[in-house]
Amino acid sequence: MTKYIIKRVIMALVTLFLITFLLFLLVRIMPGNPFPSERMSAEAIAKKRAEMGLDDPIFVQFGNYLKNVIAKGSFGKGSSLYNGAPISTVLPQCMANSFKIGGLSILIGVVVGLILGIAAALNRGRFWDTFCTVLSILGVCVPSYVFMIFLQYFLAYKVTIFPFYFDASRFLGSAIIPAVSLSLFSMSTVARFTRNEMVEVMDSDYVLLAESKGMYGTKLVTRHILRNALIPIVTVIAPLVVDLLTGALVVEKIYGINGLGKLMVDAISGEGIDYNYVLALGIIYSALYIGIMLILDITYGLLDPRIRLANRKES
Amino acid sequence: MPEISTVTNEDFVLDVSKDLTTDKNFASQGFWKGVLTRFRKNKRAMTGLVIILVIFVLAVFGPMLSNYGYKEIISIGSGQDVVAKSLSPRIPALHNLFSSSAYQDAFADRVFLFGTDSLGRDLWTRVWYGARISLLIAFVTILIDMLIGMSYGLISGYFGQALDGVMQRFVEISNSIPRLVIVGVLATFMPKGVWLVIVALLLTEWIGMSKIARAEMLKIKGQEYIMASKTLGAKNFRIIFSDVLPNTIGPVITQVMFSIPTAIFTEAFLSFVGVGIVLPQCSIGSLIEDGFNNITTLPYQILPPIIVLALLMLAFNFVGDGLREALAPRIEDM
Repeated sequence: MTKYIIKRVIMALVTLFLITFLLFLLVRIMPGNPFPSERMSAEAIAKKRAEMGLDDPIFVQFGNYLKNVIAKGSFGKGSSLYNGAPISTVLPQCMANSFKIGGLSILIGVVVGLILGIAAALNRGRFWDTFCTVLSILGVCVPSYVFMIFLQYFLAYKVTIFPFYFDASRFLGSAIIPAVSLSLFSMSTVARFTRNEMVEVMDSDYVLLAESKGMYGTKLVTRHILRNALIPIVTVIAPLVVDLLTGALVVEKIYGINGLGKLMVDAISGEGIDYNYVLALGIIYSALYIGIMLILDITYGLLDPRIRLANRKES
Repeated sequence: MPEISTVTNEDFVLDVSKDLTTDKNFASQGFWKGVLTRFRKNKRAMTGLVIILVIFVLAVFGPMLSNYGYKEIISIGSGQDVVAKSLSPRIPALHNLFSSSAYQDAFADRVFLFGTDSLGRDLWTRVWYGARISLLIAFVTILIDMLIGMSYGLISGYFGQALDGVMQRFVEISNSIPRLVIVGVLATFMPKGVWLVIVALLLTEWIGMSKIARAEMLKIKGQEYIMASKTLGAKNFRIIFSDVLPNTIGPVITQVMFSIPTAIFTEAFLSFVGVGIVLPQCSIGSLIEDGFNNITTLPYQILPPIIVLALLMLAFNFVGDGLREALAPRIEDM
């Protein structure tokens, strides 16, 4: 098992390194000018370039960049956003906002999704089952920001229960609309998967055996059905977690949340594109994604002995 | 005492009232014909198909049904004195039927099914024009992605070993770059617009297809008919593209059906964010953005594009599900 984990970690690090290099290369060598040239003279640009080390060979630049990121946790300065403040001073606040709202929405999505899925599986063909099916279709087909616009219109504008825009000082109140609308997709996915997995497990022979031994009710559900049904559900949740922690792009923009997604949008959709922000955010996103996938791989191996065995045989 | 039934001659007479000449249960049926029959029986999938067709027809002919162009600002008179800004949806004939007071403004006799936007453009025209752009982008990119992904997966799966290892590592790495990062990096050196959306979709959507094609190839590779083909001296190229490819088409088409809503959605959100479609052109996403900017004052503007988007996503998902079930029927469904 240790060997398997080490192998996975090394592979993840190599992938992250390659992606970082690729992103760096793309952002640096592609045509495009980080300085608004109309307002700066040629000498000023040349001076600035030398100062930022843009005339060094690309590998030297990359080495310096990596050294700064790893040793000092500094991603350089932004060129247009926040008046060129160092990125590392802007990032923590944005990350905190994104993670809080993302975490809240995952919590809502997984808990409600599990409950709905279990209710649907235990009442097959009845009201909760239909409800679960309809919800999962809606959740997959209606983009979260559309749902959010409706919530915002009715709950924050028509009836002013919640604030219309995000307000960090009233976190809980203003996090509800974005968190609920973001959770809809994960909720429906989790609900559908839980239902299907549980139905499959409930039809299996060992559940029949447990039942014929006289087991029933909550004990049967939690001990025999849910436990086996949960393993595949974990795989569905992991990519959703990444999406929610990072991809709440439009929702953040609409609701005015100062998060990673909004930062990315601001960095690419403004007049001047902020290269350093794009690069820093790209690296953070990729690192998160790879990290969560790594954790998933390892927990999955721990949860399901068959996967562990298959990997042992392979290596 | 119950009557004991005895076998009589009548039990052996052919019942002519039933049509026994053709054996329907076991009538031979081509694979695709079976798929078609199963697909047709699936009500959800057929509903999805009808929705797609209706939106398709409207996207093609909708703009022609109105008298206005998609970027035409509707006004009366030669100057820009009276512009049809922000009119709510209206059909005067219907309105007069139910209400005693007719419209009082200069456009009292004109029909605007979806109303007009804040600049005075007809939303009916714009919504269908936008749907056309969105659908076009989705179809073109997904078709190209299908070609790329399918070839990649088939080649990787067929040759296996070292080549497969390298190609799969590449897939793994590309797969761990989030789409948003790709868009961000692209935006640093590409002008914003349709092409940015297309390239971003091209770079991401092929991965899913390649995985499916590779899995199919691994399944088929060991079968006897491939061995027979090899024995007869077929070259690799021929085996991959003419022996195996036709047999992978089913799962790949299903994947296409699921990729198209993703593509439409991605386009919509990129345009919403402001790196997609450039004015005065429009797409579903940019229309939703326009609508959102005026949501507190003119909430009706956002409804048509949102409904079209949701219907498209819904319909393609239904059709995809139906296709998957029709292509690989499980025993309990039959």
